[in-house]
Amino acid sequence: MSKNNNSNMRQNGQSARLPRKRFYRARAHSNPLSDSHFPIPISPADVDYSQHYPHFFPSERSDDDNGSVPPTKVRFADIGCGFGGLLVGLSPLFPDILMIGMELRDKVTEYVKERILALRATNPGKYENISVVRTNSMKYIPNYFEKGQLSKMFFLFPDPHFKEKNHRRRVISLQLLDEYAYALEVGGIIYTITDVEELGDWMRSCLEDHPMFKAVPEEELEADPVVKLLSSATEEGQKVARNGGQTFRAVYRRIMLEDG
Amino acid sequence: MEENLIEEGESSREGEVAPALIVIHPRDKSAAVAVGPELRVYDIAGNCPISLSDDSGGPSHSESIRAIGFGANGSVFASAGDDKLVKIWMTDSWHCTKTVYAEKRVSAVAVSHNGQHVVFADKFGLVWAIALGEGDEGQAPIDNKAVPILGHYCSIITSLKFSPDGWFIASADRDFKIRITVFPKRPRKGAHEIQSFCLGHTDFVSCLAFARPIDYPQGFLLSGGGDSTVRLWDFISGRLLHTCDFGAQAGLVKSNGTEMEGGSAVIDVCASCDGSLIAVAIQSLHGIILLNCDFSARTLSIAKVVTMEESYVPTSLGLSDLPKHLWMVMGVSNIPTLGTTKLLSRVRVVSGFLKDPSDSSVRNAIIMGDSEVPGSEKLLEKLQGSLDVAEEEVTLAATAAAVKTSVHNLLIKKQYSLEKRELQKRSRNDKKLKQ
Repeated sequence: MSKNNNSNMRQNGQSARLPRKRFYRARAHSNPLSDSHFPIPISPADVDYSQHYPHFFPSERSDDDNGSVPPTKVRFADIGCGFGGLLVGLSPLFPDILMIGMELRDKVTEYVKERILALRATNPGKYENISVVRTNSMKYIPNYFEKGQLSKMFFLFPDPHFKEKNHRRRVISLQLLDEYAYALEVGGIIYTITDVEELGDWMRSCLEDHPMFKAVPEEELEADPVVKLLSSATEEGQKVARNGGQTFRAVYRRIMLEDG
Repeated sequence: MEENLIEEGESSREGEVAPALIVIHPRDKSAAVAVGPELRVYDIAGNCPISLSDDSGGPSHSESIRAIGFGANGSVFASAGDDKLVKIWMTDSWHCTKTVYAEKRVSAVAVSHNGQHVVFADKFGLVWAIALGEGDEGQAPIDNKAVPILGHYCSIITSLKFSPDGWFIASADRDFKIRITVFPKRPRKGAHEIQSFCLGHTDFVSCLAFARPIDYPQGFLLSGGGDSTVRLWDFISGRLLHTCDFGAQAGLVKSNGTEMEGGSAVIDVCASCDGSLIAVAIQSLHGIILLNCDFSARTLSIAKVVTMEESYVPTSLGLSDLPKHLWMVMGVSNIPTLGTTKLLSRVRVVSGFLKDPSDSSVRNAIIMGDSEVPGSEKLLEKLQGSLDVAEEEVTLAATAAAVKTSVHNLLIKKQYSLEKRELQKRSRNDKKLKQ
């Protein structure tokens, strides 16, 4: 315990240095079904994004010229962002788009927070568009995002939950896709990838069965710079690549519900 | 740890207590009360008790009924509860025509406006649809199975209501969420299109009611919850229009001679069709609160507090489309402390609403005596189980206490202090090795 505290103190003292993963050891899983004891915003209007993206929300002193501009909204959400590899990879590709990672494990969230702060400190002006919140995205997506607010959602290497009685803990399910479809704008894209074939099949069939999602054609995927990051940017993806594992990808577009 | 286990053991037993429910036929034809596994129906129009008959071949209710409801035109009635049975009744003859087996305990039920579907919700947060009548898609006869149409992620669904135009279905859960979903033409394919989320409650949502004033054909949604508020919503956009906080207005309630003690969660809200009458039942309030809703200004205010005798705390409210009378019932499935086998309930009726509907602030709401209620003693004998429950003050007082604990155990989230959480973490297996 005391060792941990010391290392944390050292971290705080020199926030410019990247945090080290070894000091943020966390359990691999967290129960998404349990009652949450962390604060949850009552509604999207209740989330103070200026704390997350100070660069994009200038303080009152400096907003003399653009007072009428509506605040920028988060457009990308990485659900279960883990150690934040995807956010860090995406940030320079879309410097003007706000992205948020959502992670249930508090230690991991702390790590990502520190990582982003350190990246901002060492690369002034960069990485201002990414942030992280600790939340249970299976329960509280509507508390963070308005209808149609997001243009991309990422579900990279989620927990497989093999047992049938635990399938309801999977982050992709027919029911939860309703909520993701609500948060995504029409034309928005949902990216999923896993190294577990069974889960890959499950996620694909859920998306296939859902009337508000349609597969993105292969040639579009090849042109999409984001797709390459799915397997290369995240810590989990790198691990799979290191071990020479296979990955299973499903990328779907949010479409209008056809009447019927 | 041990202390914890004991607490949980207790709560699981007391959580079994189910409050009595009442619903009134939309055209005032009949009244139905559910206490424990018993369903009691009285024909108000014909002024006679109704004996139910079962053609469905399924078993009758064996455990507490948790949800009852009429369809919009009153031809279909549904009941469901802890025995995982959903029974569908045709109200012309009061025959049960269908019994559907649910996978989990049922917590809410509603009948679609065209009477073609019954939807019910279970304690795992799934909403299911049952098709009634003939297959409207030219298919073979529809099987008896329910299909899941939408889900609140593993959260107990406390209320299901159809919007006045029948286009939407509203579902409320104990995670302070209200979801408005487009009710599809073919619900068996699922209800995937979310119209909005009504977010604002800071504790569980316990009840929903729609009101459609003449000038606002779309209608409004009212919701009550554990944060002792009733909220008014524009449910199309999910915008919170106004909040009526009874916690903050406790002083007002007290000045009317009513003591507010213990929890003040809103346990039921009902509204007349046009929203001219909104009644609220609050945990530990000996009576009901009538609300005034100014729909043009979009504000709610307390119109009147109707106080009852000390021991009367309604557990459910009932209103027809023509709100001459506001019905209420108090009772529980079983009272653990008394160990009685009789299923007691007490029905009261408040009248005097239609005297001056244009000026809603002057309401002459009065509690009717037992001989004055529609159907008088005959009706009370049927719905209450017996006539002399009024005398059993002790039982009724115990009822109020039992209802309070049951609501508490079912809906309120356990709060653990930081130290307790740390203590739990310390007993985790992966850390034990280090110590």
